[in-house]
Amino acid sequence: MYQTNMYEGMLAETITISGDANQLINAYFARPLGAGPFPGIVLIHHIPGWDEWYREATRKFAHHGYAAISPNLYFRAGHGTPEDVAAKVRGDGGSPDAQAVGDIEGAMLYLRSLPYLNGKVGVFGTCSGGRYAFLAACRVQGFDAVVDCWGGRVVMAEADLNANFPVAPIDYTKDLSCPILGLFGEEDHSPTPEQVAVHEEELKKYGKTYEFHMYPDAGHGFFYYNRPNYRQQQAADGWEKIFAFLENYLTSD
Amino acid sequence: MCTMIVKKVNIDGSGKGTKGWFTVNQANVSYDHPFHIAKEHALNIDFVNEELGPGARVAVELSEQAARNLVNAILDVLSQAEVGGHLESSAV
Repeated sequence: MYQTNMYEGMLAETITISGDANQLINAYFARPLGAGPFPGIVLIHHIPGWDEWYREATRKFAHHGYAAISPNLYFRAGHGTPEDVAAKVRGDGGSPDAQAVGDIEGAMLYLRSLPYLNGKVGVFGTCSGGRYAFLAACRVQGFDAVVDCWGGRVVMAEADLNANFPVAPIDYTKDLSCPILGLFGEEDHSPTPEQVAVHEEELKKYGKTYEFHMYPDAGHGFFYYNRPNYRQQQAADGWEKIFAFLENYLTSD
Repeated sequence: MCTMIVKKVNIDGSGKGTKGWFTVNQANVSYDHPFHIAKEHALNIDFVNEELGPGARVAVELSEQAARNLVNAILDVLSQAEVGGHLESSAV
């Protein structure tokens, strides 16, 4: 934990990494200055895009001692303001699951190539990013912890499956390769508390290590201070739970 | 909530964006997360021209009722125009 007499410095910049199918994409990267070793974290942005909140979150993790990277999952949609690019992807029905998982794996491999990494990498995401974080932790080897914040559409109806989303993420639960922390709101419509309960049962069924928290008086996106669903107490508690969980799995031997 | 509920429709018109008027040839209509209106979900319409890049976009985010009112208003206006013989397609 930071003490007021400690030196603190940070590097934060956009970089280029190898994403899905070895295509180059950009990413926002932040790390503490110093020799390390640092744990790594991949941050998966939400449907509203690779936006300012995700840059802030990336720097927040760096402030807490992580080498943090947030890949731009919408790189292939072209460039403009984060909103305009996200609106284009929204119009196209979202990023294909396989492509997103490939980009997330690329970000994880980038972290693992760094000489100052402590050998541990987690993955964090909110909204669709929470869904992708869980999906990646099931489909890719190399993650040591996953944080899913209100990821909807983990449980999916058959009618919602298509070429971009061919398999409901819950059906990969048996392949989950690391412990999972899930933060959800009781008033959320996706995932609903009932869907979260279904996911929890699946985690139990396969003996996975998990920690789910369902917050009262909270809906979807209760961390976003610039949106009406922001809930200060729940958000503060949620961040504490995230850093405690990650410290347990990413900083200890 | 990420509903992924979206429909695209080809359109013929013009829209005024941040850099002035441009031709719009597609509307993306979704019911999903908005960027600005203080709601978890909204009826979003993006009038776009993808050939000009993501920035060629005129956006509106509407409540459900506002969207229904808008649809009814458009249909009413078109109906009046049709009755009056003003529609270009009718006049041809």
